[in-house]
Amino acid sequence: MLKRVHFPTSALPYLLVAPQILITLVFFIWPASQAMYQSFLIEDAFGLGTEFVWFENFEILWSDSHYLASFQRTAVFSLLVAGLSMGVALLLAGFAQRVVRGAMFYRTLLIWPYAVAPVLAGALWVFMFNPTLGIFPYFLEFAGITWNHYLNGNQAMALVILAAAWKQVAYNFLFYLAAMQSIPNSVIEAAAIDGAGPARRFWTIIFPLISPTTFFLLVINMVYAFFETFGIIHAVTQGGPGTSTTILVYKVFNDGFVGLDLGGSAAQSVVLMVLVIAMTVVQFRFVERKVAY
Amino acid sequence: MVENRPLVTFLTHLVLVLGVLAIALPVWITFVASTHDQLRMNQAPLPLWPGEYFLENMKQTLFGSGLSGTETAPVWLMLLNSLAMALMISTGKIAISLLSAFAIVYFKFPFRMGFFWMIFITLMLPVEVRILPTFEVVANLGMLNSYWGLSIPLIASATATFMFRQVFLTVPDELLESARIDGAGPLRFFFDILLPLSRTNIAALFVILFIFGWNQYLWPLLITTDTSMTTIVMSIKQMLEAAEQSPQWNIIMTTALLAMIPPVFVVIAMQKLFVQGLTETDK
Repeated sequence: MLKRVHFPTSALPYLLVAPQILITLVFFIWPASQAMYQSFLIEDAFGLGTEFVWFENFEILWSDSHYLASFQRTAVFSLLVAGLSMGVALLLAGFAQRVVRGAMFYRTLLIWPYAVAPVLAGALWVFMFNPTLGIFPYFLEFAGITWNHYLNGNQAMALVILAAAWKQVAYNFLFYLAAMQSIPNSVIEAAAIDGAGPARRFWTIIFPLISPTTFFLLVINMVYAFFETFGIIHAVTQGGPGTSTTILVYKVFNDGFVGLDLGGSAAQSVVLMVLVIAMTVVQFRFVERKVAY
Repeated sequence: MVENRPLVTFLTHLVLVLGVLAIALPVWITFVASTHDQLRMNQAPLPLWPGEYFLENMKQTLFGSGLSGTETAPVWLMLLNSLAMALMISTGKIAISLLSAFAIVYFKFPFRMGFFWMIFITLMLPVEVRILPTFEVVANLGMLNSYWGLSIPLIASATATFMFRQVFLTVPDELLESARIDGAGPLRFFFDILLPLSRTNIAALFVILFIFGWNQYLWPLLITTDTSMTTIVMSIKQMLEAAEQSPQWNIIMTTALLAMIPPVFVVIAMQKLFVQGLTETDK
């Protein structure tokens, strides 16, 4: 979109966009096309020869049971992270929205985990759940549960989900609160006069009205769980035990930098790119609809 | 609030307090761990109440050897590296996005839409998915182990450009018309009118980008091999690994505390702008 009134053509606009275009070309377009190109290559283990193989890397991926399992794991992981963090955030926002005095106080205390780095969140949780020293395994012992996320894959998964969801509650809380506060008070009051109690008002009025926000947050949280949780997994489990917490983005890193399977890793990158583009398009359409120019 | 029933009010505060406690618990435990000595931190069950070694741990972590038995940079240097990286990313991104958004909104020139789409496409791909080739590019340019390598590749993203484009589109056309009648050139208009008008957006974006930069993990992990370039966030992982041999949880958790204070402080201090920045731009 362009302004109705604008400056005449000159060399200036080129100079203005030059820095961003330059950085985008060098650090973005070029590497992304490299990834695309590499995904068509198979390199032998010593890096001596490469062969152009079209889609063979992708075919290998789709028949690789490890990759398919990782796909499934990522889906479960991101759905649980999104569900848990959005559920808690919705609950807290629903109550916070009722508070008149102290609203700012609660908000301040709830939003700061947004600023904590994922890898730090991982470190905090791995410390609390340290099998020999941690606080939680100590208490879980009384309940008859032996905690050791270094050995038990499900427990490792639970731990990364908890850490990832903990960090994301703040973000979801803010959006839910903003959405609820934009609902006109008169609607709520009218429902109250009709005799609807707080719980009923929430489910029949507030919840449907904030469903666009829920949808938007779902996309954002999926993207978060797909990509930004790398630090958490790297710090907490390193994809293990076995491959029980190896989600897609961790596998890209692991196969590329540790396993040195460049073609396979690049093919996985391309699959991830397609996924995230699809999610971004969905999200952008939502934003476009909401924002009036 | 519509009705005034003490029971509901009580329940509201109860849930909120429980929520706050659950959110704060990990940090409380971190804080407690940073106030005990190594001996106490190796006995189960771990303490739930602060001890008296806080200052000592701080001193050892910041200026002392830090984690003994490992070769890492001093923690004050890591904090400085993180600060440099976060500031370079946030100011760099804001600067280039302001300029390109200005060009795209206020000028008509050939390839305008081409540039726009080239920037737009970067919105979609986080650095994680193109990590290997990006690493190669940075290595070929000889930018490993430098502040430039740490920050410039992360500056290439479109979110900020989009936000400023949105802001500029809401600026009334009449402002430009009258500025031109008064004889103002493009740069004059940019500095005297557009920049002051987008002040709050710049500030909000700065908060978000500062946190983004400070919290970077995978990227610095890959491109810095020199210990003097370590950032505080990436050092945590190395400390966790070292902890498997000789647990010094008091030092590790003190470092963790130091690593989260600056971004948390920024969020809390600039809360209003930050919230506004998030909810208005839909990030």
